[in-house]
Amino acid sequence: MRYLTDRKRVVGLGSGREGTHHHWQMMVSSILLVVLVPLFVGVFAYGLGGSHEDVLAYFGRPFPAIVTVLTLVVVIVHLMRETHVAIEDYVHGLAGKLTLVATSAFSYTLIAVGVFAIARMAL
Amino acid sequence: MADVNRGNRPLSPHLQVYRPQLTSMSSIMVRITGIASLGSALLVVAWLIAAATSEQTFVTIDWLLRSVVGDIILLAATWAIFYHMLGRLRHVFWDFGYFLNVQVAEKLAIGMFGLATVLTAIVALAF
Repeated sequence: MRYLTDRKRVVGLGSGREGTHHHWQMMVSSILLVVLVPLFVGVFAYGLGGSHEDVLAYFGRPFPAIVTVLTLVVVIVHLMRETHVAIEDYVHGLAGKLTLVATSAFSYTLIAVGVFAIARMAL
Repeated sequence: MADVNRGNRPLSPHLQVYRPQLTSMSSIMVRITGIASLGSALLVVAWLIAAATSEQTFVTIDWLLRSVVGDIILLAATWAIFYHMLGRLRHVFWDFGYFLNVQVAEKLAIGMFGLATVLTAIVALAF
């Protein structure tokens, strides 16, 4: 028998270090979704359908621009965390770590490009 | 006795073993709609950056989103994000300690399907 206690076997395996923080972050963003999703769906649906000039003028207004930027940041970070949990459940080892990095890169890029687009139209 | 019977224990039953239930299915749908919505975000951002940078690209992407295929995709995307929002709201209720018994959770599952559909219909008809 090896001199390994139950505790020593699990120390460092990950669970219980940032789970509660992640869970709380998900609760916060889940509540924010209830406000942002209906607002953004409305803003986007209203903005879709005009000419290019209409769209430029529309996102130049404060309300559509601010709602869109808030949604881009809050909702995409929420969806990224949602995806990360799924990856942690089903993809393991190096592939799992690389998938986490790739989805983070994808999500942050979406946010940056979207916010830049709004800034370009609004300012 | 830490090394006794490692790796040769009965495992807890997983998806393939459980009969599909409203509670599990509605929960799995929250995850699927969440991941799918990250794809919807790509469409929205593509449309935004096209509008901000190039008239030509904007016309193409805008035409795509407003075509029949685009309508169907946007309708599905709208339903998905509404469903995800409601499913996450159910998690918040649960985390605060409410609606934890199975009968209520099942009613909420049906409510999530129904309300997401109603909200999507409202958006489709209003815009």
